[in-house]
Amino acid sequence: MTKFRLLSRGLIAFLVLAPGLSIPRAESADREINVAAAADLSSALQEVAANYEKRTGVVVKLSFGASGALTQQIQNGAPVDVFFSADMDYPRQLIAGGQADGATLYRYAVGQLVLWVPQDSPLDVEHKGMDVLLDPSVKKISIANPQHAPYGRAAVAALKHYGLSEKLGERLVLGENVSQAAQFVESGNAQAGFVALAHAMAPAMQGKGRYWVVPAEAYPPLDQGVVLISHSPHPEDAAAFLGFMKTEEAAGMLRRYGFTSPDLKYKLK
Amino acid sequence: MAIDWQAFRLTIELAVVVSAILVVVGLPLAYWIAFSRRRWKFLVEALVALPIVLPPTVLGFYVLVALGSRSPLGRWWQAWTGHTLAFTFTGLVIGSILYSLPFAVQPFAASFSSVDRKLLAASATLGASPLRTFFRIVVPLSVHGLVAGVALAFAHTMGEFGVVLMVGGNIPGVTRTVSIGIYDQVQASNYASANAMALLLLVFCFGVLTLVYGLHRRTLHQATVNREVWAMGPVK
Repeated sequence: MTKFRLLSRGLIAFLVLAPGLSIPRAESADREINVAAAADLSSALQEVAANYEKRTGVVVKLSFGASGALTQQIQNGAPVDVFFSADMDYPRQLIAGGQADGATLYRYAVGQLVLWVPQDSPLDVEHKGMDVLLDPSVKKISIANPQHAPYGRAAVAALKHYGLSEKLGERLVLGENVSQAAQFVESGNAQAGFVALAHAMAPAMQGKGRYWVVPAEAYPPLDQGVVLISHSPHPEDAAAFLGFMKTEEAAGMLRRYGFTSPDLKYKLK
Repeated sequence: MAIDWQAFRLTIELAVVVSAILVVVGLPLAYWIAFSRRRWKFLVEALVALPIVLPPTVLGFYVLVALGSRSPLGRWWQAWTGHTLAFTFTGLVIGSILYSLPFAVQPFAASFSSVDRKLLAASATLGASPLRTFFRIVVPLSVHGLVAGVALAFAHTMGEFGVVLMVGGNIPGVTRTVSIGIYDQVQASNYASANAMALLLLVFCFGVLTLVYGLHRRTLHQATVNREVWAMGPVK
Protein backbone atom coordinates (compact mmCIF):
# COMPACT_ATOMS: atom_id res chain seq x y z
CA MET A 1 0.00 0.00 0.00
CA THR A 2 1.37 3.35 -0.96
CA LYS A 3 1.90 6.02 1.59
CA PHE A 4 -0.76 8.14 -0.02
CA ARG A 5 -3.42 5.48 0.27
CA LEU A 6 -2.52 4.81 3.86
CA LEU A 7 -2.80 8.49 4.58
CA SER A 8 -6.11 8.88 2.81
CA ARG A 9 -7.58 5.86 4.58
CA GLY A 10 -6.43 7.25 7.88
CA LEU A 11 -8.06 10.53 7.01
CA ILE A 12 -11.34 8.86 6.10
CA ALA A 13 -11.27 6.81 9.30
CA PHE A 14 -10.68 10.01 11.26
CA LEU A 15 -13.53 11.81 9.56
CA VAL A 16 -15.88 8.94 10.24
CA LEU A 17 -14.85 8.45 13.85
CA ALA A 18 -14.18 12.02 14.92
CA PRO A 19 -17.83 13.12 15.30
CA GLY A 20 -18.50 10.01 17.39
CA LEU A 21 -15.53 10.80 19.61
CA SER A 22 -16.63 14.34 20.31
CA ILE A 23 -20.19 13.53 21.40
CA PRO A 24 -19.55 12.28 24.94
CA ARG A 25 -17.44 15.35 25.69
CA ALA A 26 -20.25 17.66 24.60
CA GLU A 27 -22.73 15.76 26.75
CA SER A 28 -20.69 15.97 29.91
CA ALA A 29 -20.76 19.79 29.72
CA ASP A 30 -24.46 19.88 29.03
CA ARG A 31 -25.45 21.80 32.13
CA GLU A 32 -25.83 25.10 30.38
CA ILE A 33 -28.56 27.45 29.27
CA ASN A 34 -28.57 30.02 26.51
CA VAL A 35 -29.97 33.37 27.46
CA ALA A 36 -30.82 36.13 24.99
CA ALA A 37 -31.19 39.46 26.73
CA ALA A 38 -31.95 43.08 25.96
CA ALA A 39 -28.86 45.28 25.64
CA ASP A 40 -29.69 47.29 28.78
CA LEU A 41 -29.00 44.15 30.83
CA SER A 42 -25.47 43.73 29.50
CA SER A 43 -23.77 44.49 32.83
CA ALA A 44 -26.45 43.53 35.33
CA LEU A 45 -27.22 40.11 33.93
CA GLN A 46 -23.53 39.21 33.76
CA GLU A 47 -23.35 39.64 37.50
CA VAL A 48 -26.53 37.65 38.05
CA ALA A 49 -25.31 34.88 35.75
CA ALA A 50 -21.89 34.69 37.41
CA ASN A 51 -23.57 34.33 40.81
CA TYR A 52 -25.92 31.70 39.53
CA GLU A 53 -23.11 29.72 37.92
CA LYS A 54 -21.12 29.72 41.13
CA ARG A 55 -24.10 28.43 43.04
CA THR A 56 -25.50 25.78 40.72
CA GLY A 57 -22.73 24.88 38.30
CA VAL A 58 -25.08 25.58 35.41
CA VAL A 59 -23.30 27.69 32.81
CA VAL A 60 -25.37 30.67 31.70
CA LYS A 61 -24.44 31.74 28.19
CA LEU A 62 -25.47 35.30 27.49
CA SER A 63 -26.05 37.09 24.24
CA PHE A 64 -27.20 40.69 24.10
CA GLY A 65 -28.96 42.73 21.46
CA ALA A 66 -31.95 44.87 20.69
CA SER A 67 -35.10 43.13 21.94
CA GLY A 68 -36.68 43.26 18.48
CA ALA A 69 -33.58 41.80 16.86
CA LEU A 70 -33.44 38.96 19.40
CA THR A 71 -37.15 38.26 18.94
CA GLN A 72 -36.62 37.94 15.23
CA GLN A 73 -33.71 35.55 15.81
CA ILE A 74 -35.78 33.39 18.16
CA GLN A 75 -38.64 33.32 15.66
CA ASN A 76 -36.16 31.90 13.20
CA GLY A 77 -35.03 29.15 15.50
CA ALA A 78 -32.10 30.64 17.42
CA PRO A 79 -31.04 28.16 20.14
CA VAL A 80 -32.30 30.16 23.11
CA ASP A 81 -33.75 28.89 26.39
CA VAL A 82 -34.68 32.14 28.12
CA PHE A 83 -35.43 35.55 26.61
CA PHE A 84 -35.17 38.77 28.62
CA SER A 85 -36.82 41.57 26.71
CA ALA A 86 -36.73 45.29 27.43
CA ASP A 87 -40.49 45.43 27.03
CA MET A 88 -43.52 43.18 27.33
CA ASP A 89 -44.61 43.27 23.69
CA TYR A 90 -41.83 41.19 22.18
CA PRO A 91 -42.33 38.27 24.63
CA ARG A 92 -46.06 38.49 23.88
CA GLN A 93 -45.30 38.31 20.16
CA LEU A 94 -43.33 35.12 20.75
CA ILE A 95 -46.14 33.68 22.87
CA ALA A 96 -48.69 34.52 20.19
CA GLY A 97 -46.52 32.78 17.61
CA GLY A 98 -46.15 29.68 19.78
CA GLN A 99 -42.41 30.20 20.23
CA ALA A 100 -42.64 30.99 23.95
CA ASP A 101 -44.59 29.63 26.90
CA GLY A 102 -47.20 32.20 27.95
CA ALA A 103 -47.47 30.77 31.46
CA THR A 104 -43.85 31.73 32.18
CA LEU A 105 -44.08 35.44 31.25
CA TYR A 106 -42.77 37.45 34.18
CA ARG A 107 -42.09 41.15 34.61
CA TYR A 108 -38.63 41.06 36.13
CA ALA A 109 -37.79 44.74 36.15
CA VAL A 110 -38.74 48.21 35.05
CA GLY A 111 -36.07 50.05 33.11
CA GLN A 112 -35.31 53.74 33.29
CA LEU A 113 -34.30 56.08 30.53
CA VAL A 114 -31.56 58.63 31.16
CA LEU A 115 -30.06 61.45 29.15
CA TRP A 116 -26.33 60.84 29.22
CA VAL A 117 -23.43 63.16 28.31
CA PRO A 118 -19.66 62.54 28.48
CA GLN A 119 -17.97 63.42 31.76
CA ASP A 120 -16.02 66.32 30.24
CA SER A 121 -19.02 67.77 28.43
CA PRO A 122 -19.77 71.44 29.15
CA LEU A 123 -23.48 70.59 29.30
CA ASP A 124 -25.07 70.81 32.74
CA VAL A 125 -27.33 67.84 32.19
CA GLU A 126 -27.93 67.12 35.88
CA HIS A 127 -29.75 70.43 36.39
CA LYS A 128 -30.99 71.44 32.98
CA GLY A 129 -32.21 68.05 31.81
CA MET A 130 -33.74 68.00 28.36
CA ASP A 131 -32.90 71.66 27.76
CA VAL A 132 -29.24 70.83 27.18
CA LEU A 133 -30.26 69.23 23.88
CA LEU A 134 -31.06 72.71 22.51
CA ASP A 135 -27.48 73.83 23.13
CA PRO A 136 -25.77 74.58 19.80
CA SER A 137 -22.80 72.41 20.76
CA VAL A 138 -25.08 69.36 20.58
CA LYS A 139 -24.75 68.24 16.97
CA LYS A 140 -25.70 64.61 17.34
CA ILE A 141 -27.97 62.88 19.84
CA SER A 142 -27.81 59.10 19.88
CA ILE A 143 -30.81 56.92 20.58
CA ALA A 144 -31.44 53.21 20.10
CA ASN A 145 -33.21 52.29 16.88
CA PRO A 146 -36.92 52.70 17.74
CA GLN A 147 -37.81 50.17 15.06
CA HIS A 148 -36.62 47.28 17.16
CA ALA A 149 -35.34 48.65 20.48
CA PRO A 150 -37.76 49.56 23.30
CA TYR A 151 -35.34 52.17 24.69
CA GLY A 152 -35.36 53.84 21.29
CA ARG A 153 -39.14 54.04 21.43
CA ALA A 154 -38.95 55.46 24.95
CA ALA A 155 -36.48 58.12 23.76
CA VAL A 156 -38.72 59.09 20.86
CA ALA A 157 -41.69 59.33 23.22
CA ALA A 158 -39.72 61.49 25.67
CA LEU A 159 -38.61 63.89 22.92
CA LYS A 160 -42.21 64.19 21.84
CA HIS A 161 -43.37 64.71 25.41
CA TYR A 162 -41.11 67.75 25.73
CA GLY A 163 -42.05 69.01 22.28
CA LEU A 164 -38.51 68.56 20.97
CA SER A 165 -39.08 65.99 18.19
CA GLU A 166 -39.42 68.56 15.42
CA LYS A 167 -36.49 70.68 16.56
CA LEU A 168 -34.09 67.84 17.14
CA GLY A 169 -35.20 65.23 14.60
CA GLU A 170 -32.30 66.01 12.31
CA ARG A 171 -29.72 65.53 15.04
CA LEU A 172 -30.75 62.00 15.97
CA VAL A 173 -28.47 59.11 15.17
CA LEU A 174 -29.59 55.54 15.68
CA GLY A 175 -27.61 52.88 17.45
CA GLU A 176 -28.36 49.27 16.59
CA ASN A 177 -29.37 48.85 20.22
CA VAL A 178 -29.18 50.92 23.40
CA SER A 179 -25.60 49.80 24.08
CA GLN A 180 -24.45 51.19 20.76
CA ALA A 181 -26.30 54.43 21.51
CA ALA A 182 -24.22 54.66 24.69
CA GLN A 183 -21.06 53.79 22.81
CA PHE A 184 -21.65 56.62 20.31
CA VAL A 185 -21.60 59.05 23.24
CA GLU A 186 -18.69 57.37 25.00
CA SER A 187 -16.52 57.54 21.88
CA GLY A 188 -17.22 61.26 21.63
CA ASN A 189 -19.12 61.08 18.35
CA ALA A 190 -22.48 62.08 19.78
CA GLN A 191 -22.62 64.87 22.35
CA ALA A 192 -25.57 63.37 24.20
CA GLY A 193 -27.59 60.20 24.11
CA PHE A 194 -30.61 58.48 25.56
CA VAL A 195 -29.41 55.32 27.25
CA ALA A 196 -30.51 52.94 29.97
CA LEU A 197 -29.89 53.97 33.56
CA ALA A 198 -28.26 50.54 33.77
CA HIS A 199 -25.55 51.77 31.38
CA ALA A 200 -24.97 54.98 33.31
CA MET A 201 -24.66 53.01 36.54
CA ALA A 202 -22.51 50.15 35.22
CA PRO A 203 -19.08 49.93 36.89
CA ALA A 204 -17.34 50.19 33.51
CA MET A 205 -19.02 53.53 32.85
CA GLN A 206 -18.12 55.17 36.14
CA GLY A 207 -16.32 58.47 35.60
CA LYS A 208 -17.14 58.44 31.90
CA GLY A 209 -20.42 60.28 31.89
CA ARG A 210 -23.04 62.31 33.74
CA TYR A 211 -26.76 61.81 33.44
CA TRP A 212 -30.26 63.03 34.10
CA VAL A 213 -33.04 60.54 34.75
CA VAL A 214 -35.90 61.24 32.36
CA PRO A 215 -39.08 61.52 34.49
CA ALA A 216 -41.33 58.48 34.23
CA GLU A 217 -44.30 60.47 32.91
CA ALA A 218 -42.37 61.39 29.74
CA TYR A 219 -42.56 57.91 28.19
CA PRO A 220 -44.59 54.71 28.56
CA PRO A 221 -43.07 52.54 31.33
CA LEU A 222 -40.26 50.25 30.26
CA ASP A 223 -41.80 47.15 31.78
CA GLN A 224 -39.37 44.37 31.01
CA GLY A 225 -40.56 40.80 30.59
CA VAL A 226 -38.79 37.45 30.62
CA VAL A 227 -40.19 34.31 29.06
CA LEU A 228 -39.14 30.69 28.51
CA ILE A 229 -38.75 29.64 24.90
CA SER A 230 -40.84 26.66 23.76
CA HIS A 231 -38.20 24.87 21.72
CA SER A 232 -35.68 25.16 24.57
CA PRO A 233 -33.40 22.11 24.73
CA HIS A 234 -32.87 22.65 28.48
CA PRO A 235 -36.34 23.35 29.91
CA GLU A 236 -35.62 22.33 33.52
CA ASP A 237 -32.42 24.33 33.87
CA ALA A 238 -34.09 27.29 32.17
CA ALA A 239 -37.07 27.17 34.55
CA ALA A 240 -34.71 26.97 37.51
CA PHE A 241 -32.86 30.08 36.31
CA LEU A 242 -36.15 31.92 35.87
CA GLY A 243 -37.03 30.90 39.46
CA PHE A 244 -33.78 32.46 40.63
CA MET A 245 -34.66 35.70 38.82
CA LYS A 246 -37.78 35.95 40.99
CA THR A 247 -35.82 35.86 44.24
CA GLU A 248 -35.16 38.99 46.25
CA GLU A 249 -31.45 38.40 45.80
CA ALA A 250 -31.58 38.62 41.99
CA ALA A 251 -33.94 41.60 42.18
CA GLY A 252 -31.44 43.29 44.48
CA MET A 253 -28.65 42.84 41.94
CA LEU A 254 -30.81 44.38 39.21
CA ARG A 255 -31.68 47.30 41.50
CA ARG A 256 -28.01 48.07 41.92
CA TYR A 257 -27.93 48.68 38.17
CA GLY A 258 -30.79 51.12 38.28
CA PHE A 259 -33.68 48.80 37.51
CA THR A 260 -36.83 49.24 39.53
CA SER A 261 -38.14 46.04 41.01
CA PRO A 262 -41.48 45.01 39.61
CA ASP A 263 -44.35 46.35 41.63
CA LEU A 264 -46.25 43.26 42.60
CA LYS A 265 -49.36 45.22 43.45
CA TYR A 266 -50.61 45.22 39.87
CA LYS A 267 -50.52 41.97 38.02
CA LEU A 268 -49.69 41.37 34.42
CA LYS A 269 -51.98 40.14 31.70
CA MET B 1 -43.84 46.31 0.66
CA ALA B 2 -41.85 49.49 0.77
CA ILE B 3 -38.63 49.89 -1.09
CA ASP B 4 -36.35 52.52 0.35
CA TRP B 5 -35.33 54.30 -2.88
CA GLN B 6 -33.48 56.93 -0.91
CA ALA B 7 -31.22 54.19 0.44
CA PHE B 8 -30.53 52.92 -3.06
CA ARG B 9 -29.64 56.37 -4.34
CA LEU B 10 -27.40 56.94 -1.34
CA THR B 11 -25.63 53.60 -1.68
CA ILE B 12 -24.95 54.07 -5.39
CA GLU B 13 -23.71 57.58 -4.69
CA LEU B 14 -21.40 56.23 -2.00
CA ALA B 15 -20.08 53.46 -4.25
CA VAL B 16 -19.43 55.89 -7.13
CA VAL B 17 -17.65 58.46 -4.95
CA VAL B 18 -15.56 55.80 -3.23
CA SER B 19 -14.59 54.10 -6.52
CA ALA B 20 -13.61 57.44 -8.04
CA ILE B 21 -11.45 58.39 -5.07
CA LEU B 22 -9.91 54.93 -5.04
CA VAL B 23 -8.85 55.41 -8.68
CA VAL B 24 -7.15 58.70 -7.82
CA VAL B 25 -5.53 57.40 -4.64
CA GLY B 26 -5.12 53.80 -5.74
CA LEU B 27 -3.27 54.33 -9.04
CA PRO B 28 -0.19 56.09 -7.58
CA LEU B 29 -0.18 53.74 -4.59
CA ALA B 30 -0.40 50.67 -6.84
CA TYR B 31 2.29 52.12 -9.13
CA TRP B 32 4.57 52.58 -6.17
CA ILE B 33 3.87 49.04 -4.93
CA ALA B 34 4.51 47.60 -8.41
CA PHE B 35 7.72 49.47 -9.20
CA SER B 36 9.31 50.60 -5.95
CA ARG B 37 12.48 48.85 -4.80
CA ARG B 38 12.27 50.06 -1.20
CA ARG B 39 13.16 47.42 1.33
CA TRP B 40 10.14 48.19 3.52
CA LYS B 41 7.70 47.88 0.65
CA PHE B 42 6.29 44.66 2.10
CA LEU B 43 5.09 46.64 5.13
CA VAL B 44 3.01 48.91 2.90
CA GLU B 45 1.68 45.89 1.03
CA ALA B 46 0.64 44.24 4.28
CA LEU B 47 -0.99 47.46 5.47
CA VAL B 48 -2.96 47.82 2.23
CA ALA B 49 -4.13 44.19 2.43
CA LEU B 50 -5.20 44.51 6.08
CA PRO B 51 -8.87 45.39 5.42
CA ILE B 52 -9.27 42.05 3.62
CA VAL B 53 -8.65 40.09 6.80
CA LEU B 54 -9.87 42.56 9.43
CA PRO B 55 -13.52 42.14 10.41
CA PRO B 56 -15.45 45.21 9.25
CA THR B 57 -16.53 45.78 12.83
CA VAL B 58 -12.89 46.21 13.87
CA LEU B 59 -12.31 48.66 11.05
CA GLY B 60 -15.56 50.45 11.87
CA PHE B 61 -14.68 50.63 15.54
CA TYR B 62 -11.27 52.17 14.80
CA VAL B 63 -12.79 54.63 12.36
CA LEU B 64 -15.43 55.60 14.92
CA VAL B 65 -12.83 56.17 17.61
CA ALA B 66 -10.56 58.03 15.19
CA LEU B 67 -13.38 60.32 14.10
CA GLY B 68 -14.60 60.95 17.65
CA SER B 69 -13.74 63.99 19.73
CA ARG B 70 -11.39 61.87 21.87
CA SER B 71 -8.91 61.54 19.01
CA PRO B 72 -6.63 64.31 17.66
CA LEU B 73 -7.99 63.75 14.14
CA GLY B 74 -11.59 64.09 15.31
CA ARG B 75 -10.78 67.21 17.34
CA TRP B 76 -8.94 68.81 14.43
CA TRP B 77 -11.81 68.14 12.05
CA GLN B 78 -14.32 69.49 14.56
CA ALA B 79 -12.32 72.65 15.11
CA TRP B 80 -11.99 73.13 11.37
CA THR B 81 -15.56 72.37 10.21
CA GLY B 82 -17.59 72.73 13.41
CA HIS B 83 -19.12 69.26 13.24
CA THR B 84 -18.07 65.67 13.76
CA LEU B 85 -17.31 63.26 10.93
CA ALA B 86 -19.14 60.23 12.26
CA PHE B 87 -22.76 59.92 11.15
CA THR B 88 -22.09 61.94 7.99
CA PHE B 89 -21.77 60.95 4.35
CA THR B 90 -18.14 62.10 4.42
CA GLY B 91 -17.53 59.81 7.38
CA LEU B 92 -18.97 56.88 5.43
CA VAL B 93 -16.78 57.75 2.45
CA ILE B 94 -13.65 57.71 4.65
CA GLY B 95 -14.60 54.38 6.21
CA SER B 96 -15.44 52.87 2.82
CA ILE B 97 -12.19 54.02 1.21
CA LEU B 98 -10.22 52.20 3.89
CA TYR B 99 -12.51 49.20 3.66
CA SER B 100 -12.33 48.86 -0.15
CA LEU B 101 -8.72 50.02 -0.63
CA PRO B 102 -7.16 46.57 -1.19
CA PHE B 103 -9.91 45.60 -3.61
CA ALA B 104 -8.82 48.42 -5.92
CA VAL B 105 -5.08 48.59 -5.23
CA GLN B 106 -4.27 44.89 -5.45
CA PRO B 107 -5.65 44.33 -8.98
CA PHE B 108 -4.08 47.65 -10.04
CA ALA B 109 -0.66 46.67 -8.70
CA ALA B 110 -0.85 43.13 -10.08
CA SER B 111 -1.60 44.38 -13.57
CA PHE B 112 1.12 47.05 -13.38
CA SER B 113 3.64 44.38 -12.38
CA SER B 114 2.75 42.26 -15.39
CA VAL B 115 3.65 45.03 -17.84
CA ASP B 116 6.84 44.12 -19.72
CA ARG B 117 9.66 46.25 -18.26
CA LYS B 118 11.40 46.36 -21.65
CA LEU B 119 8.55 48.45 -23.01
CA LEU B 120 9.02 50.93 -20.19
CA ALA B 121 12.74 51.10 -20.91
CA ALA B 122 12.03 51.55 -24.62
CA SER B 123 9.59 54.35 -23.89
CA ALA B 124 12.16 56.06 -21.68
CA THR B 125 14.94 55.77 -24.25
CA LEU B 126 12.60 57.36 -26.80
CA GLY B 127 12.45 60.36 -24.48
CA ALA B 128 9.02 59.94 -22.92
CA SER B 129 8.58 61.25 -19.37
CA PRO B 130 7.59 58.73 -16.69
CA LEU B 131 4.10 60.27 -16.60
CA ARG B 132 3.74 59.95 -20.37
CA THR B 133 5.01 56.36 -20.21
CA PHE B 134 2.50 55.66 -17.47
CA PHE B 135 -0.49 56.90 -19.44
CA ARG B 136 0.63 55.72 -22.90
CA ILE B 137 2.18 52.33 -22.01
CA VAL B 138 1.36 51.16 -18.49
CA VAL B 139 -2.34 52.07 -18.33
CA PRO B 140 -3.33 50.71 -21.76
CA LEU B 141 -1.49 47.45 -21.11
CA SER B 142 -3.04 46.90 -17.70
CA VAL B 143 -6.54 48.04 -18.47
CA HIS B 144 -8.11 44.72 -17.49
CA GLY B 145 -6.64 44.99 -13.99
CA LEU B 146 -7.86 48.56 -13.70
CA VAL B 147 -11.37 47.59 -14.74
CA ALA B 148 -11.37 44.69 -12.30
CA GLY B 149 -10.12 46.94 -9.48
CA VAL B 150 -12.79 49.58 -10.05
CA ALA B 151 -15.53 46.96 -10.38
CA LEU B 152 -14.44 45.23 -7.20
CA ALA B 153 -14.19 48.47 -5.24
CA PHE B 154 -17.63 49.50 -6.45
CA ALA B 155 -19.25 46.16 -5.66
CA HIS B 156 -17.50 45.89 -2.31
CA THR B 157 -18.75 49.33 -1.28
CA MET B 158 -22.28 48.55 -2.47
CA GLY B 159 -22.37 45.55 -0.16
CA GLU B 160 -20.63 47.13 2.80
CA PHE B 161 -22.37 46.59 6.12
CA GLY B 162 -20.22 46.33 9.22
CA VAL B 163 -18.35 49.61 8.85
CA VAL B 164 -21.56 51.52 8.06
CA LEU B 165 -23.28 49.94 11.05
CA MET B 166 -20.45 51.09 13.31
CA VAL B 167 -20.00 54.67 12.08
CA GLY B 168 -23.20 55.48 10.21
CA GLY B 169 -25.84 56.05 12.87
CA ASN B 170 -28.60 54.93 10.48
CA ILE B 171 -29.76 58.39 9.35
CA PRO B 172 -32.27 58.24 6.47
CA GLY B 173 -30.85 59.86 3.35
CA VAL B 174 -27.44 60.44 4.93
CA THR B 175 -26.03 57.17 6.20
CA ARG B 176 -28.81 54.58 5.85
CA THR B 177 -27.45 52.45 3.03
CA VAL B 178 -29.33 49.59 1.41
CA SER B 179 -27.61 46.92 3.47
CA ILE B 180 -28.54 48.74 6.70
CA GLY B 181 -32.08 49.27 5.41
CA ILE B 182 -32.44 45.57 4.67
CA TYR B 183 -31.05 44.68 8.09
CA ASP B 184 -33.59 47.00 9.74
CA GLN B 185 -36.46 45.48 7.81
CA VAL B 186 -35.38 41.96 8.79
CA GLN B 187 -35.00 42.96 12.46
CA ALA B 188 -38.48 44.44 12.38
CA SER B 189 -39.77 41.20 10.73
CA ASN B 190 -40.84 43.09 7.57
CA TYR B 191 -39.72 40.25 5.36
CA ALA B 192 -41.60 41.47 2.28
CA SER B 193 -39.70 44.76 2.21
CA ALA B 194 -36.43 43.07 3.05
CA ASN B 195 -36.98 40.60 0.25
CA ALA B 196 -37.84 43.27 -2.31
CA MET B 197 -34.81 45.40 -1.43
CA ALA B 198 -32.46 42.44 -1.30
CA LEU B 199 -33.61 41.21 -4.69
CA LEU B 200 -33.28 44.67 -6.19
CA LEU B 201 -29.75 44.99 -4.82
CA LEU B 202 -28.85 41.59 -6.20
CA VAL B 203 -30.21 42.39 -9.65
CA PHE B 204 -28.54 45.80 -9.70
CA CYS B 205 -25.12 44.48 -8.64
CA PHE B 206 -25.34 41.62 -11.10
CA GLY B 207 -26.28 44.09 -13.83
CA VAL B 208 -23.36 46.40 -13.07
CA LEU B 209 -20.85 43.57 -12.95
CA THR B 210 -22.23 42.03 -16.15
CA LEU B 211 -21.93 45.37 -17.88
CA VAL B 212 -18.37 45.92 -16.67
CA TYR B 213 -17.14 42.44 -17.55
CA GLY B 214 -19.08 42.46 -20.84
CA LEU B 215 -17.52 45.74 -21.94
CA HIS B 216 -14.18 44.51 -20.74
CA ARG B 217 -14.49 41.40 -22.88
CA ARG B 218 -15.20 43.52 -25.92
CA THR B 219 -12.21 45.79 -25.34
CA LEU B 220 -10.02 42.74 -24.77
CA HIS B 221 -11.23 41.28 -28.04
CA GLN B 222 -10.56 44.60 -29.76
CA ALA B 223 -7.06 44.69 -28.30
CA THR B 224 -6.35 41.18 -29.56
CA VAL B 225 -7.49 42.10 -33.05
CA ASN B 226 -5.30 45.21 -33.00
CA ARG B 227 -2.32 43.19 -31.87
CA GLU B 228 -2.84 40.61 -34.62
CA VAL B 229 -3.06 43.32 -37.24
CA TRP B 230 0.08 44.88 -35.79
CA ALA B 231 1.86 41.51 -35.82
CA MET B 232 1.28 41.13 -39.54
CA GLY B 233 3.57 44.03 -39.97
CA PRO B 234 3.26 47.23 -41.94
CA VAL B 235 1.10 46.94 -45.04
CA LYS B 236 3.18 47.25 -48.17
